[in-house]
Amino acid sequence: MTTNILEMRSITKTFPGVKALQNVTLDVGRGEVHAICGENGAGKSTLMKVLSGVYPFGTYEGDIVFENETMEFRDIRDSEAKGIVIIHQELALSPFLSIAENIFLNNEITGAFGLIDWNKTNIEASKLLARVGLRENPTTKVRELGVGKQQLVEIAKALSKRVKLLILDEPTAALNDEDSDHLLDLILSLKAQNITSIIISHKLNEIKKISDTVTVIRDGKAIETIAKIDVTEDRIIKDMVGRDLEHRYPDHTPHIGDEILRVENWTAYHPQDPTRVMVDNVNINVKRGEIVGIAGLMGAGRTEFAMSLFGRSYGTKISGSVFKNGKEIKTRTVSEAIDNGLAYATEDRKFYGLNLIEDIKRNISMASLKKLERGGFVDDNEEFKVAEGYRKSMNIKAPSVLAKVGKLSGGNQQKVVLSKWIYSDPDVLILDEPTRGIDVGAKYEIYTIINRLAAEGKGVIVISSELPELIGICDRIYALAEGRITGEVPIAEATPETLIKYMTMEKERA
Amino acid sequence: MSNLETKPADDTAAGGRVNPVENRFTTAITHVLSDLGKNGIFIALVLVVVVFEILTNGVLLRPQNVSNLIVQNGYILILAIGMVMVIVAGHIDLSVGSVAAFIGAVSGVFAVNMGLPWWLSIILSLLIGAVVGAWQGFWIAYVGIPAFIVTLAGMLIFRGLALVVLGNANIGSFPELYRSIGNGYLTNLFGDFAVDPLTMGVAIIAIVAFIVQSVRTRRGRQSYGQAVEPLGWFVGKLVLVAIVVGLFAYALATFKGIPVTLIILAVLVLIYGLVMTRSVFGRHIYAIGGNLHAAELSGIKTRNVTFWLFVNMGFLAALAGLVFTARLNLAGPKAGDGFELEAISAAFIGGAAVTGGIGTIGGAIVGGLIIGVLNNGMSIMGIGIEWQQAVKGLVLLLAVAFDVYNKRRSGGR
Repeated sequence: MTTNILEMRSITKTFPGVKALQNVTLDVGRGEVHAICGENGAGKSTLMKVLSGVYPFGTYEGDIVFENETMEFRDIRDSEAKGIVIIHQELALSPFLSIAENIFLNNEITGAFGLIDWNKTNIEASKLLARVGLRENPTTKVRELGVGKQQLVEIAKALSKRVKLLILDEPTAALNDEDSDHLLDLILSLKAQNITSIIISHKLNEIKKISDTVTVIRDGKAIETIAKIDVTEDRIIKDMVGRDLEHRYPDHTPHIGDEILRVENWTAYHPQDPTRVMVDNVNINVKRGEIVGIAGLMGAGRTEFAMSLFGRSYGTKISGSVFKNGKEIKTRTVSEAIDNGLAYATEDRKFYGLNLIEDIKRNISMASLKKLERGGFVDDNEEFKVAEGYRKSMNIKAPSVLAKVGKLSGGNQQKVVLSKWIYSDPDVLILDEPTRGIDVGAKYEIYTIINRLAAEGKGVIVISSELPELIGICDRIYALAEGRITGEVPIAEATPETLIKYMTMEKERA
Repeated sequence: MSNLETKPADDTAAGGRVNPVENRFTTAITHVLSDLGKNGIFIALVLVVVVFEILTNGVLLRPQNVSNLIVQNGYILILAIGMVMVIVAGHIDLSVGSVAAFIGAVSGVFAVNMGLPWWLSIILSLLIGAVVGAWQGFWIAYVGIPAFIVTLAGMLIFRGLALVVLGNANIGSFPELYRSIGNGYLTNLFGDFAVDPLTMGVAIIAIVAFIVQSVRTRRGRQSYGQAVEPLGWFVGKLVLVAIVVGLFAYALATFKGIPVTLIILAVLVLIYGLVMTRSVFGRHIYAIGGNLHAAELSGIKTRNVTFWLFVNMGFLAALAGLVFTARLNLAGPKAGDGFELEAISAAFIGGAAVTGGIGTIGGAIVGGLIIGVLNNGMSIMGIGIEWQQAVKGLVLLLAVAFDVYNKRRSGGR
């Protein structure tokens, strides 16, 4: 056994109302590749942010011991000075600067009078590029590189800081197979140079391939740490999802009627890169009174599918047909989609769902002003009455509907979003991550609302990263991977294991 | 439907049930304070007026000068109405001064060079203004070029076109009825009195209409169980408004009567005030400025709204150009110089947010009046144009800083 380079001891991190990490202990041996896995929201990223100083010393409980010294990082520069470098999923490169400029950003090689020594910068950059196996000129602009190569630039940048512990957050999520393989090989070759890595990943085959140790995190707790010889996919999955599925979801007796919505051959391409297919020939249907789940990993195309369907709010070159009650409908613009009885509650409330500087009343009426219109003017009093009605029936906790939405908690904001779409009186609601970022009590209320909508004979589509949630509330679940429907599972057969199997099913490659 | 449930939370917290009188008192206090917060801009206007009334030894509020204040600032106020709408939607328009100059020149060609009837010249000019707005709106809404760039280009384009139309000369001496929109007065319809009865009559009608409307709104809210302000404070505000309007009208009535510019302004404020506070279109403007993505995903046709906003701005810029030209009785190359900056300042002093989503017609008008009083007061005092500029800049900066400070204190973003 090697000695540990890092020991995180009893880390607890609390956000208002939520315990994100509880007593997590993580030991990482020197020179190993340590994988951390867990569902979205389990606390992996929070743990890494604690480690790298994004959440400074004092905002969490517990100790970080790095190379036998207790660390008190105030910010990310402190941790980098000690040789801990984190590479986030969203890369932090400046697209209009060259590779070399990016590598030495805020760490510039200077010569006389504090001016940048460009020759030395480019020579050093070339050496680093050779180490990561990237054959590019250091003066090339970063925007001219693909995502895979940009990732390598990030690693070269980390190497320039004399990294000892490299943290990679879902490094292969956006990469194709070839780039992924290259990256994994690189991690192994860095290991040979005695650089320790922590890799956060969903992809179990990847984890098995390169890691020496795996730690599984669930609900903010470290479940277990498994040595390489004992790692099996089944064991990891069981650790990731194994929780009490009872009593977290209200009872739901489905009364399923005729088909209300059918989508055929739905295809959409990436808006900036029209060669990249994001939604690939999707066929789904929903019946009256049915709650249909869509499961998929991040980047599987769940939101892309929903938004392209809802008035072409995402993507280009969209094709496919939509049928409501057997008749074809058009959903080319959002207002057309709303008029045809569709509603889409976004996964990103603050960015896409709410006008935070306005009050509850005006947010609820925003998608249905037509109903309040009297000769071009809005009936204020009627609007107030409607909003008050929703405040009571949805249990929105606010002194009045004149309260600004920006001041409400996440759960109450979500209730405003749901009120807004329920008031538009849709036949089919698409709810994208309806319980993201809200506490357990409010989640239960949201589930109850979803059940009520289904009981009224509406079709409900729930998109979620939390498999227990889908299994707990849905009648049927589709699995989505790389933009394709890879499985359709009736609730009686739905287990996290089967769903994950479908969700990680990759395209067959020639 | 009980009143208890809809009362704001702070008044139960403040008073408790110990003493009903004290409770009512504290409720009134919270209302006064919240109104003062909302109406800070009105108080600023009152302060500025009082300060200059003293500094000018009472010249500021003399009847003739009150009348002048309106006529001299009418075109800025007209522009401020359109500008605040554009700003609420999250855009800006730098071209309005140039457009005003261009339309002034065009109207000169119609009314003077071609000798068209005054009313036809005005209608044609307004139409051309709307077309100019449509041109800019097209680039902004449908091509997606930022309004700052499009209207910066427009500022150059229409200044240039104004010069082309004028052909290196001033166009002057407009027909009398055309001139009346800039410096005409409605007066003496009932004979020549020391205090014009028409002006006072209109003022009384306006006051009565305002009171009736306020009472109806209050009743409507009450019948839906919404919280309303205490009766005493409500009546007090009505009396205050009646007194201010009455004194203002008296000042006008002892001079030349109602300026035509004021009538134009009053109609615009009424219509656009309704549009912004009550209409569906107004709601869409606020929704777009507050969160463009959320507005789009709520089915609002954001591009169309933006397009029509700029058509409207073009129309109002044309109107401002006509009023200015009529007042000077001259269409010249320097007309409209710097108007855009005064209109933008008016909107921001009036509480509009740079990030969009916040701003009112009333605020912009008051902001414009503050600038007007500053201009007028400093001119009376004989302060040079250079210091006037500096003071106005400082006022703009302080007004917005105060606004930012206020929001931060109340926990907003």
